[in-house]
Amino acid sequence: MSVSSLAGLVGAALVGFGLYGLIVNPQPLRKILAFNLIGNGVFLVFGIVARRGAAAGFPFDPVPQAMVITGIVVAFAASALAVALILRLQEETGNVTLDSDVPPKPSGEGAGST
Amino acid sequence: MIETSPALAATAGGSLLMLAILAPAGGILLSFVLGGRFAERVVLGLTPIGLAIGIAIAVLVWRSGAPLVYNVAGLPPPLGIALRADGISCVMLVTAALVIAAAVFYARANFDTPEGVTEARAPLAFWILIQAVWAALTILFVGGDLFNLYVALELLTFAAVPLVCLGGKPETLVAALRYLLFALFGSVFYLLGAALLYGAYGTLDIVLLSERVRALPAVWLAAGLMTAGLLAKTALFPLHLWLPPAHANAPAAASAVLSGLVVKGSFFLTVRLWFYVLPALPGSGAAATLGTLGSAAILFGSVLALRQERLKLLIAYSTLAQIGYLFLIFPLASGAHPWIADGWSGGMMQTLSHAFAKAAMFMCAGLLAESLGHDRIAEFAGAGRAMPATFFALGLGGMSLMGLPPSGGFAAKWLLLRASAAAGQWPWAIVMLAGGLLAAGYVYRILAPALSDSPIVLNAPPRRSGEAIALALAIVAVALGFAPQSFFDFLQIGRAAATALP
Repeated sequence: MSVSSLAGLVGAALVGFGLYGLIVNPQPLRKILAFNLIGNGVFLVFGIVARRGAAAGFPFDPVPQAMVITGIVVAFAASALAVALILRLQEETGNVTLDSDVPPKPSGEGAGST
Repeated sequence: MIETSPALAATAGGSLLMLAILAPAGGILLSFVLGGRFAERVVLGLTPIGLAIGIAIAVLVWRSGAPLVYNVAGLPPPLGIALRADGISCVMLVTAALVIAAAVFYARANFDTPEGVTEARAPLAFWILIQAVWAALTILFVGGDLFNLYVALELLTFAAVPLVCLGGKPETLVAALRYLLFALFGSVFYLLGAALLYGAYGTLDIVLLSERVRALPAVWLAAGLMTAGLLAKTALFPLHLWLPPAHANAPAAASAVLSGLVVKGSFFLTVRLWFYVLPALPGSGAAATLGTLGSAAILFGSVLALRQERLKLLIAYSTLAQIGYLFLIFPLASGAHPWIADGWSGGMMQTLSHAFAKAAMFMCAGLLAESLGHDRIAEFAGAGRAMPATFFALGLGGMSLMGLPPSGGFAAKWLLLRASAAAGQWPWAIVMLAGGLLAAGYVYRILAPALSDSPIVLNAPPRRSGEAIALALAIVAVALGFAPQSFFDFLQIGRAAATALP
């Protein structure tokens, strides 16, 4: 098996795991981890795409690698924003869930929300 | 270096496109540096400049009858990144500038930095984020490269999500978190699709791709992934769960921008994808699927809107339904048929009229909440007498949503109906008529109690400036109904080349 197809299969597996995690896990933090799994799978696919640049006379096509770097920065920023939201939610309500009916339940202690 | 074809060459005045992006982006930096109450002044000063740039771009495109093109750093695609403004980019740029201007002037009263404080968290965040939304939308409207558009889409999400939870209450945080999760998975699927397209053709430039794309399995997979991702961001029917709580919990000025403009950003990209990148695909099945989802959204959103107790939630569910109409553009404007001009004009008119009408209605809901202290529809009795201008604006916006003549909503639905009749695709017409009736129902539900005679006590008289702004937006939504044929010809600029492909 060539390195490319191995990387492709790993990428596909990561996307699959991530998708499974997204659907199955109700906890937001796990959903964010699942998002990062899918993201890494996509970056691997970009890596394989870069190998095909040989046609243009380069050993590698540099453009997908630039895209991966941008993608990593974006995914990092997204995860940071999501974690910040989760922390704030934890501060306000004491529990973190996305069930829209649940949040008011333990909000007795969170009196001073501004 | 690859020889530059005429479609890729930069045109005169193209640097205006760069300026349109730099204006709000510079505003963000300036607001950061100056901070405090200067942020507000920066935004207020910037809106007329941004509007002027948008109008200047539109005038240039109108005069030349061809898209405006700018190659960043003078490097043409495939290596460089192009910015392009065609007919629909121009109208969206001007619409975004108008709605953002209205929203920031409306928001002055809510996000004023208090006396004696140099800086307050929520106002500073609002003034910076609203410029970030504007900058991201501008890149989305003029971007010519699918990866560049991905970054713009993410910027839009990162700016829009915090706007939802500015209030900081637990329910707004949950709404923001759910919005963010939907948006993140949407964008990662879009990115995967972009990777596949790059792998197949070695470019992500829209014009170059449209010349090279063939109906390969990889292209279909990429199209499916990107469309699914964009639908999650646009909140089309089965992926809509995040929208009502997010839009209903945001501050009124932010809701106006989120509902009027932000969902249109990802819709615009879907249109770009199918009509500009993939016109060569025999996509009637895909178009029918999108149309069916849109129809389901119209019926589902309208019925749920009818059942809401709170005004802001009702307006948010009505956004779901109105987004459904947008997706009828796919079955009614694709391919090479005589009726597609009507379908295209109708879909675009719906985008514009909904932006203005919905922004006006969310602003009215904000004014009502300020004056009454709540937004429960059942307790509006008599409010129509106390706040006539607010309810007049609400009614005008509702008129456009229903599609009563004369209004932008009427023009949009009339054109879409005409296209579906000419195409012999009757199901869309039936759904549109049913959606109009249901919209009449939920608008009546708002107005009927308000117009009763019962006495009512207001906590505060309505803000005149806020009422004037909401009314102006609602009047624009109605006035769009009088758009002349030349306006619809303008919307076709830059599209002819794409539809000429088999």
